[in-house]
Amino acid sequence: MDQSRIRNFSIIAHIDHGKSTLADRILELTEAVSAREMREQVLDSMELERERGITIKAQAVRVTWKDHELNLIDTPGHVDFTYEVSRSLQACEGALLVVDAAQGIEAQTLANAYLAIENGLEIVPVANKIDLPAADPDGTALEVADLLGDDPVRVLRISAKTGDGVADVLDAIVERVPAPEGDLESPARALVFDSSYDQYRGVVAFVRVVDGAFSTREALRTMATDTRFDAEELGVFSPAMTPVDTLTAGEVGYVVTGLKDVSRLRVGDTLTSVRRPAQEALPGYKDVKPMVFAGLFPTDSDDYPELRDALERLKLNDAALVYEPETSKALGFGFRCGFLGLLHMEIVRERLEREFDLDLLVTAPNVAYRVKEKNGGWIEVHNPAEFPREVEEVEEPYVAASIIVPKEHVGAVMELNNDRRGTFGELEYLSPERVHLTYELPLAEIVLDYYDQLKSRTRGYASFDYDLAGFKPGELVRVDVLVGSEPVDALSLIVHRDFAYERGRLLVDKLREEIPRQMFDIAIQAAVGSRVIARETVKAKRKDVLAKCYGGDITRKRKLLEKQKAGKKRMKQVGAVEVPQEAFLAVLNIGQGGRGS
Amino acid sequence: MSVAIRGARHLYLHLPFCAHRCGYCDFVTATGRDHLHGAYVDALLRELREEHDGAPVETIFLGGGTPTYTALPELLRLLSALPPARELTVEANPETVGPELAHALRDAGVNRISLGAQTFQPHLLRVLERRATSADVDRAFGRLRDAGFDNVSLDLIYGIPGQTPAELEADLAHAIVLGPEHISAYELEAKPGTRFTVAHGAELERQAEQMEDYFERVVATLTGAGYRWYETANFCRDERRAEHNLGYWLGHDYLGLGVGAVSTLGDERRRNTPKLARYVQGHYDREIEELDDETRARERVMLGLRLDEPLAVGGLRSALDPVGLARAEGLGLAVDAGETLALTERGRFLGGAVTAEILA
Repeated sequence: MDQSRIRNFSIIAHIDHGKSTLADRILELTEAVSAREMREQVLDSMELERERGITIKAQAVRVTWKDHELNLIDTPGHVDFTYEVSRSLQACEGALLVVDAAQGIEAQTLANAYLAIENGLEIVPVANKIDLPAADPDGTALEVADLLGDDPVRVLRISAKTGDGVADVLDAIVERVPAPEGDLESPARALVFDSSYDQYRGVVAFVRVVDGAFSTREALRTMATDTRFDAEELGVFSPAMTPVDTLTAGEVGYVVTGLKDVSRLRVGDTLTSVRRPAQEALPGYKDVKPMVFAGLFPTDSDDYPELRDALERLKLNDAALVYEPETSKALGFGFRCGFLGLLHMEIVRERLEREFDLDLLVTAPNVAYRVKEKNGGWIEVHNPAEFPREVEEVEEPYVAASIIVPKEHVGAVMELNNDRRGTFGELEYLSPERVHLTYELPLAEIVLDYYDQLKSRTRGYASFDYDLAGFKPGELVRVDVLVGSEPVDALSLIVHRDFAYERGRLLVDKLREEIPRQMFDIAIQAAVGSRVIARETVKAKRKDVLAKCYGGDITRKRKLLEKQKAGKKRMKQVGAVEVPQEAFLAVLNIGQGGRGS
Repeated sequence: MSVAIRGARHLYLHLPFCAHRCGYCDFVTATGRDHLHGAYVDALLRELREEHDGAPVETIFLGGGTPTYTALPELLRLLSALPPARELTVEANPETVGPELAHALRDAGVNRISLGAQTFQPHLLRVLERRATSADVDRAFGRLRDAGFDNVSLDLIYGIPGQTPAELEADLAHAIVLGPEHISAYELEAKPGTRFTVAHGAELERQAEQMEDYFERVVATLTGAGYRWYETANFCRDERRAEHNLGYWLGHDYLGLGVGAVSTLGDERRRNTPKLARYVQGHYDREIEELDDETRARERVMLGLRLDEPLAVGGLRSALDPVGLARAEGLGLAVDAGETLALTERGRFLGGAVTAEILA
């Protein structure tokens, strides 16, 4: 196809602002999918994505509109996947910025709009959901135009739900989004903006061809990681995978690589031809590093091999997931896993439980720490239990947070951010009613219950987005929990010195509630180094007998004892103390809801 | 199947009739069925003939229900048909013990009475829906003594809704003054979902928190008064243990007759139908539970550790978990002397948990 007739675009929006519905309407209107075939939101194909109403993996689809080839590149809709969003945007020349006309601009609208602007995209603003009684298309158009420095008249007013105005959107894409301007004669270059794993065909790369052309069977290589493979098949999504012989500059499609491991083909990398390689990679490749870590342990230690196999299989189509074996004295054998963020962690956990039928204990999440040891060397620590007790310096990751909130809730947000060691950045009025706040916050402070707190303190009105903003020094200490004088590695945590006492106290109190009385006194302590900061005792039971037992009820009493015995076996052993798994769960949960509640 | 080979040394007979069913009771009982006393005894005697050859046994226990509520001629007809036994116990409710009953039982060869006092506090007797008054208990006790009974056991219950520690002490003191040879003291076990539990829910929870205290008081007070704490919930003086019950705790076989009665005979445990009408018609509808050697060994450990005497562990090692046993020993709760295994005093207070720990 002649490049001048190609338009590559994304849809960017805050969660629930109607991105997927608009995508569905576009597919219908362009007859890429017949109404009969139309499942609601065909782009969100994973079961979990459908349920959560979010897009985890970006996908692409080619449609035809008035003699033009339109490639819609879907983007993930969550902060954890900002990098994937930015790669998707890089594959486009334009973006539809969809804003719910009843809600106005939200934090992700801003974040995504800025990303699109940074990537030099032509933005087509769309006020969606104008059919809602609460919709304010004019107000929203003003807000959006102000954000983009555009004319409010150019903001399209549509209802993706009813289909009203969707044709205008397609027209606007053709008229306003620039055509690709790749060099057809140059050595071939394509941006890998996503990938998926097919168990029969291996890794499938989703690509945007920038220059030159690729052909089926051609030998290819990636420029950043130098992975080599033959293009077993080239194709486009329409929306089903449809093979083609060549993909040329400006086009969007897929390459079946036959690779057996997604980590060998990283999002953001540049594909080129082995025979006639490009000299310069496309900009923007970044090795995404996980910032949030947690231990995953099978509830039943016999399930360890199943967990290992399941992680191996998940890893095949989730390059961002990293893991290594971890042994906890309290929880047994498991894995320390690294995630892009909390949602990513939740998704991995749910997929493990749902698709692999595993019962998991997940430790409280923590962030990556950079620690300078006494010997002067720096190490990166992903597990509180491995955090050195004596350190020279510690650095922790920070985020640049962006929060949009009605003005009456500004105080509540500031208070929350102060509690979370935030540093105030800017305050800006988006409209007389709505305020945009920026803060710098330690990532550790938001991986816990930050988002829930933010929502509850602003009656659900605040929206939030963040971007990683590098490491900074922090006054951090390791708090250990000791049960019956045995440290419980799985409960160690890293906290700011100022919060150590409070968190230690909370942990100890919770454990005292959760650990049943046993045949001896159990001391529960929280300690920083050798200094005990909180202590409680679970007093020994003084009586545990089956009241009476005669000929008529020996069977029943035996079964009671056998049940009691079986109950003991389900407990996790910490030294001599039996700790029910529920205690771990409860304690791990206060990690995510303890402070201030 | 030869009866003689089974050779049960202990015979239990169930007499289900009661004037009133107490709210907390979970035994097989029958009220308003007084016209069936004769037919029931007939059925009981028929089962006895079928299951036992008339050879002497070590102990016989008539439990209920309220055995002494059974029409006296029927009760005596039953007693006269029983095989000889060293110990013959009848359970009695205080209000049913008149002078003639006491003498009649004595004359019929009964040599031990288990008297269900439960408490001496009028308001607590009401809560338990007991018919007897505190004075009834005293009177019944006197009549039994007058009739020549020198082996009387008194049942007490603690943890009754509304009970205070002082009231428990008063009950114990009262019992000690009466001076029975044997005292059974049980914590009240309210079954979830029963009328009683529903009526006293919150108060039962409060009482449950007191149980540790109560148990310690019971043991301290009774042992202080010279009673031997020979079983988790049983105390005796002058070595007058409940020989029949001792049979259960030592893992002996026993033959249980009557509605809902349980027998353990070799590798089989069986339970008769709990339905009175079926039983009276001669249907036993027995529920059979197979007991393998392993299960019996586990039960021997569970039951044996309730006693103050060390348990002979020969042949029972396979039922023990060496790690759990070592742990219990390390905590000073059990003593493994090789041939025998015993719980320490603190171990006995935690007997259930320790047994669960020790059992394989």
